[in-house]
Amino acid sequence: MSRLVELRGVGRDYLVGGSLVRALVSVDLDIDAGQFVAIVGPSGSGKSTLMNVLGCLDRPTRGTYHLAGVQVSSKDADERALVRNRLLGFIFQGFNLMPRTSALENTELPLVYRGVPKAERRKRALGSLVRVGLQDRIHHTPAELSGGQQQRVAIARALVTDPPLLLADEPTGNLDSVTTYEVLALLQELVREAGRTVVLVTHEPDVAACADRVVTVRDGNVVSDERQVSPHDARASLEQARRRARQVGGGP
Amino acid sequence: MTSLAVAIRALLAARVRALLTTLGILIGTAAVVVVVALGTGARERIGAEIANIGTAAVFVFPDTGMRSGSRPGAAALTEGDAAAIRTDASAVHGVTVWSTLRARVHSAYDSYKTGVMGVDQEYFSVRGFSLAEGRGFSDSEVRAKAKVVVIGTTVRRELFGQEPAVGQWLRIGRHAYRVVGLLSEKGRTPFEDQDDRVLMPIGTWRSRLSPAAGQRVQLIMASARTTAHTTRAEEQIRTILRQRHRLGDELPDDFVVRSQEGFRKAQDAILDMVTGLLGAVAAVALFIGGVGVMNIMLVSVAERTREVGIRMSIGARESDIMLQFLVEALLLTTVGGALGIGLAGIVSSALASSLGWSLRLDGAAIGIATLTSVLVGLVFGILPARRAARLDPVEALRQG
Repeated sequence: MSRLVELRGVGRDYLVGGSLVRALVSVDLDIDAGQFVAIVGPSGSGKSTLMNVLGCLDRPTRGTYHLAGVQVSSKDADERALVRNRLLGFIFQGFNLMPRTSALENTELPLVYRGVPKAERRKRALGSLVRVGLQDRIHHTPAELSGGQQQRVAIARALVTDPPLLLADEPTGNLDSVTTYEVLALLQELVREAGRTVVLVTHEPDVAACADRVVTVRDGNVVSDERQVSPHDARASLEQARRRARQVGGGP
Repeated sequence: MTSLAVAIRALLAARVRALLTTLGILIGTAAVVVVVALGTGARERIGAEIANIGTAAVFVFPDTGMRSGSRPGAAALTEGDAAAIRTDASAVHGVTVWSTLRARVHSAYDSYKTGVMGVDQEYFSVRGFSLAEGRGFSDSEVRAKAKVVVIGTTVRRELFGQEPAVGQWLRIGRHAYRVVGLLSEKGRTPFEDQDDRVLMPIGTWRSRLSPAAGQRVQLIMASARTTAHTTRAEEQIRTILRQRHRLGDELPDDFVVRSQEGFRKAQDAILDMVTGLLGAVAAVALFIGGVGVMNIMLVSVAERTREVGIRMSIGARESDIMLQFLVEALLLTTVGGALGIGLAGIVSSALASSLGWSLRLDGAAIGIATLTSVLVGLVFGILPARRAARLDPVEALRQG
């Protein structure tokens, strides 16, 4: 397996009200292609900062970051934008879709910034939406979609550029248990069947249990890094949650 | 989605706000265009009026102003003055004199009060009148102070309606005059209806209408050789008249010399000032409109900070974000500008019909307005757009 992410001595300091906050102290982390990694830790542990650095949204104060063999920690703003567009796909807790914009157009957006012609954009966005099972919702705006559907549009948008690395920041934080497992099952399938690499940040142990590997962050350092021999199967939990929902009489 | 589509969607999402902002630009642009059109229209009109009278014309009036120390009765121009100018002023091409009084004129059909002028034969050429029908005055008629008149088209309409006028008789006071000619229509100036006049030989006028006038004339009008000779003609006339009136160096002129050229320059100067002032007001209106655009764009950027963060996270560069907000600002100002040109068209045609001017929105005015609205969009859009483009993606995503 090829090395996708390589962090060496990565630290990030912030100046908050005149005092230095070391959000990340010194992180070494390697992630191979095809892994499903969960980053866990209590709030304030530095996991969001780590996520921002991994996503090239933020630059480390020190250390080096290689993504797909490219040294990205020293790149300027425009080059980092290019990296985000070419190498990364984001899935956020708040879905972060464009309001008043159809699912199809939302999914197309990364390709717009890549300069892909319209017909080609349509085709790929449609394929991506089919992949997440939203082929009959392509003209709906976010306001007309449920939370789970919105998150699937966000996943379709992250997939449309075919990026080597998917970053999911608390992707199930705003979802109920049925849709949580829907999303997790989808991510697991993307890793197992399509060979994608997913890094997921969460503070929920149930969610982390679905990953192949759990990295725990505390006080700006990685304190444990464990492989899970038999990760939790999200698809099974999804069926279970659906049955339970039907028994209670709620949900679809 | 292109930047334009995104901008249209963003503006439609805040319709009332966009409309009000556009209104500011609309009014500013309309003001600029109307002022430019008014300036051009006024200049054209003055130019046309002056060309109508003759650009090379120089007028000499007696100075009727009350001046202590001047000899009473000296303030008069005579036919002798005109003759001297005719022979001695080299820059002068032709000279005519006239006197006028308002009198009631009777025809067989009607009566009408108009200006009755005593003129010499040169009047027609110097003043630029031609005859539509009939003839002018013959030398013998002038010498004999014959009772013949030439009338303008307004007089003909008032006194004869559609009937032929040449050959008919008019009565002014105790005497009857035969109409020998009809002037070609010349139109209005700001001062007078040039077709509202009855002309007769100056000798006839003096002996039949105003016997008290003696050799005096009310006005001498000279035409310079060309427009370029006007200043020299003015100087020569002044020297000749000062000599003839025996004015010592210490005495002021007892006459006034005015050229059309000088008149035009004075009018142009006033016009420039008025246009400049109005233009400044219009520019201020446009500036305020621009500030409105900037204000709204800043609000828009603040409201859409999160959107900017999302766009950055999926690969938008600073230039992409900048372009998006600039296009939005440009859309506001160009739509405002286009509507402003429309409004200016309506205002101009309303002004044109109420002033009786020919006010056109020429290509220059529309060009200026379009350019200005684009420029306003760029100038006032750049700061908000930069602010959006410089946002930190992490901070931007944390918003909302």
